Amino acid sequence: MLKLRQLILLLACAVSSIAYAHNPFEFETPVTPVAEETLHVHDLFLGIIGVLFVLSVMILFYALYKHRKSRGYQPASFTGPHGRKQWLFAILPFLALVFIDFVVMGIPAYHAAVAMANTQEDAQLVIKVTGSQWKWQYEYPDQGLKFYSNLSTPPDELQGRAPKGEHYLLEVDHPLVLPVGEKVRILLASTDVIHAWWVPPFGVKQDAVPGFLRETWVKIDKPGVYRGQCAELCGVGHAYMPIVVEAKNQTDFQQWLAQAKAAQAAEAVASQKSNFTRAELLAMGKKVFDTNCAACHQANGLGIAGVFPPIAAGKPFSATPTLLADLTARGFYENGKIVLGPIKNHLGIVLHGVPGTSMPAFGAQLSDAEIAAVVTYERNSFGNQTGDLVEPTEAKIRRAAP
Amino acid sequence: MQPPAPLRATRNRRLMWLLLAISAGFFGFGFALVPLYNTFCELTGLNGKTGGPVTAAALSGRPADTSRWVTVEFTSTVMPGLPGRFQPQYRRLRVHPGDIINAVYLAQNLSGQVLNSQAVMSVTPEIAARYFKKIDCFCFKHQALAPGMTRSMPLSFFVSPELPAEVHTITLSYAFFRVS
Amino acid sequence: MNPAIAHDEHHDQPPRGLARWLFTTNHKDIGLLYLIFGLTMFLVGGLLAMLIRVELFEPGLQILKPELYNQLITLHGLVMVFAALMPVTTGLANYLIPLMIGAPDMALPRLNNWGFWLLTPAALLLLAPFGLELMGIGNGPIDTGWTIYAPLSVQSGLGVDFAILAVLLLGASSLLSSINIIVTIFNMRTPGMRLMKMPIFVWSWLMTAFLLVAVFPVLVGGAAMLLADRHFGTSFFSAAGGGDPVLWQHLFWFFGHPEVYILLLPTAGILPHILSTFARKPIYGYRAQVYSYWAIGVLSVIVWAHHMFTSGMPLGAQLYFMYSTMAISIPVAVLFFCWIGTLWRGAITFETPMLFAIGYIVLFGLGGLTGLVLADAVADQQYHNTYFLVAHFHYTLFGGPIMGVIAAAYFYLPKITGRMYNERIGQWHFWLTMIGFNITFMSQFFVGLAGMPRRVPDYALQFADLNMMSSLGAFILGASQLLFVYNIVTTWRGTRDKVTDRVWEGAQGLEFTVSSPPPYHTFTEQPVVA
Repeated sequence: MLKLRQLILLLACAVSSIAYAHNPFEFETPVTPVAEETLHVHDLFLGIIGVLFVLSVMILFYALYKHRKSRGYQPASFTGPHGRKQWLFAILPFLALVFIDFVVMGIPAYHAAVAMANTQEDAQLVIKVTGSQWKWQYEYPDQGLKFYSNLSTPPDELQGRAPKGEHYLLEVDHPLVLPVGEKVRILLASTDVIHAWWVPPFGVKQDAVPGFLRETWVKIDKPGVYRGQCAELCGVGHAYMPIVVEAKNQTDFQQWLAQAKAAQAAEAVASQKSNFTRAELLAMGKKVFDTNCAACHQANGLGIAGVFPPIAAGKPFSATPTLLADLTARGFYENGKIVLGPIKNHLGIVLHGVPGTSMPAFGAQLSDAEIAAVVTYERNSFGNQTGDLVEPTEAKIRRAAP
Repeated sequence: MQPPAPLRATRNRRLMWLLLAISAGFFGFGFALVPLYNTFCELTGLNGKTGGPVTAAALSGRPADTSRWVTVEFTSTVMPGLPGRFQPQYRRLRVHPGDIINAVYLAQNLSGQVLNSQAVMSVTPEIAARYFKKIDCFCFKHQALAPGMTRSMPLSFFVSPELPAEVHTITLSYAFFRVS
Repeated sequence: MNPAIAHDEHHDQPPRGLARWLFTTNHKDIGLLYLIFGLTMFLVGGLLAMLIRVELFEPGLQILKPELYNQLITLHGLVMVFAALMPVTTGLANYLIPLMIGAPDMALPRLNNWGFWLLTPAALLLLAPFGLELMGIGNGPIDTGWTIYAPLSVQSGLGVDFAILAVLLLGASSLLSSINIIVTIFNMRTPGMRLMKMPIFVWSWLMTAFLLVAVFPVLVGGAAMLLADRHFGTSFFSAAGGGDPVLWQHLFWFFGHPEVYILLLPTAGILPHILSTFARKPIYGYRAQVYSYWAIGVLSVIVWAHHMFTSGMPLGAQLYFMYSTMAISIPVAVLFFCWIGTLWRGAITFETPMLFAIGYIVLFGLGGLTGLVLADAVADQQYHNTYFLVAHFHYTLFGGPIMGVIAAAYFYLPKITGRMYNERIGQWHFWLTMIGFNITFMSQFFVGLAGMPRRVPDYALQFADLNMMSSLGAFILGASQLLFVYNIVTTWRGTRDKVTDRVWEGAQGLEFTVSSPPPYHTFTEQPVVA
């Protein structure tokens, strides 16, 4: 019996030394009251089932060892409990199990569930989280702040052409910033399919269902950067829409809020600007492309055969007849090869997407300047040499005509 | 002694038909779950569904419960394919349960064509949903917006005085879908 | 010789050639068809798993693109559940139930034939989109996960339509088999075999068949609704039209949870036969186990939403589904108690079927206990859709039913073929399976606790070591199944030792009173049992 326990301990040590410097039987360190309560419930339950398992296996192995034909054991012939003592022996484990299930485990579970559903205490901050394929949008409705949060791992790392950074797949361009010590109410919505917002150190995971509003809450104990991932299969980009939350103390949070609002206002003004230089458009366009387009069309614009078209004129492409017909109608496909159609149609594809395919509409997410920039970038990169310069006003006009 | 083969065959066939009927019944049950689910959600408010229109008479002339305040927050989600802006005019209102409130959403058609939209309401927390009574709502039918037009869309509602005591804040969301 | 007997023996010869297998109404033939089909699909599903684990061996995308990855994980689930495990348990039912109850055949032999031949087109429909994709039609098979959640499944490509049609055919096939099984068990038992005297495997399949008749039609209904949403303009699952994506989850899991007990019960029923044989002791707690099957069956239908704890569930519902799910541990514990009670004070030997049976008890026990942990609505926020969940259902589904059908295969292979399999290779198969399985899936418990979500082709660096370990285990597990195939094939060839009618020293039951292999027609005259 001692050998079995030692074996389990050894295995746990081996695994934990491999996994990472943290108890492998537990979740990531909790930083909210709900996460702490969840961890306690988890530890309790895991401990109980561990004991139940070891006990049962010990009894089983005892029988396998002692009651063997090769040791000359003679088989008995009973088929059930006989006599009061045996009946007691049989019933007792089940009474114990009922007690364990509904009292020992059941009561702490009840308390944790009630705590998680807490509608009593009023929230001091409300955040709206909207899931889309394949990014999150964060909105601070009372502060008038709204931004998208995209995966920021560079395409080269994703393609294996550069060594992977420390936060590979768990880094974003604009993290959600929250204050420490305040109850934050989190509303969840979706614009397309079901996503799920999950940050393990917070102990919350909640689905974002299109057309419906869900809510959960967090109260973060200490400042830090906390990372999570989408937890409901939402298509090909499911693994590529992480969540990063920066928790700051009150003063820093207010400061960040002010800065973010100022930056948002400045960007709104800047996106109204009309005469960008070629260099400015190309630089902005590359940034937008790498963040939003490279995941599918690849950083070199060559796409994926049969699935995502190259954005390079003269490159061959084949896919479903429906997609090819659509591309042809827009002037982007001819004789088995991609061609660069009119700017108006190019803008249309980026602004409004291509219904029935994986190409989403970026009109809601990108400003006129960004749309114009990325189209300019595409038309002058990957071997394309159209020399076209697209100004934000053209994007604005095209935006109004889906 | 087993019954003779012909009788057994008959009994087998009869039981087979019975079991087929039972599975057909369960197939029907699956379809019946659709309206059952909707009714269940509207009765209990689960899933944030708030049910159809009620008249002010449903208040049965009771005065508003002035002993408590409830905060009603408004938010919106514009679904893809909708070139429009849909926003609540007021971010939040403090109401007494039983007060009849008129709220407004502003809709703007950013495109050059007529825009047909349908708004779907969802309320959270779920235990509050069935106490949220809509008297008149633009979500009851499709809304058409002329090109470039901005319009105020009204919502008339009250929070039932039976709202559980532990709920202080209700959030109301509209998801705006494009319809053809 | 009596001319009547000679005449019977002449009729005892099955027809020759392909026609035999296409048109057979013989329960042993059909049982074999199901078993061979299921084994083949198990290897297909296993191959899919190997591809998945190769991709997950290291962070980054090595051999699969995300589109293909999502298709492979979906097919792996659908194939293993519907095309491998269910046909195998149905095959065992068809082959064994008439033998065990002393009946000449199933009650509705022609229905039996149709039930099987619906399977092959269903499996083809699942996989056909691969071929169509090569011809430029569509984007490949279904890629939504085996749970086919809306609205992703409404939005996805042609593969979903094929999967829906496959599900409709599989439903029809299962329904026909289940009806046949229920009628057979009620009407065809040999005189003197009252219900509470039936072999316990027959009871477990009776319960399974009841569940199938009740819940598969609900899945079929849901699949029809999905098809309508995709192509006929309805909005069952779309909020825009007044529908609700979560409705799909309710419909699916209303079927899906009983489905896991449909997968489990047949092997839970065969286990006592095997344990009793190799302990040389009668089954302990027959009645208790039968009542447990009933309890599990009834409870399984009312706990489905424990798969949906994060979908936005009010407190009352969370508590209800949590407690009702935990209640299932009680009848399952009864089963464990009786299994161990069967072994206790027996005279145990460790032939391969017994090894797999013991493995079943240990692995399914572990898996089932982690189910108790998952049942907690709050802690589930951390487990749901992570690798902790993946490990749980592999411990329960592989550790239980798969180990169980492998045990049953070794147990009955000599009866079916008349020859003994190679015991040494069987033992190697067992130990390599246990080692490979535990390395594969124990790592997954830990990587799930560390925060890795499921259904992802690529992952963050801190999950790398555990994933590599899991993949190595998977390669061992996969390769060791080839030993199983080798053993079956070589035993079938008929060069090894012949076996007796009884096959095993401690074997009981009517199936062990006929020859090995049994004649084409058995129990044309039903035996009378005490």
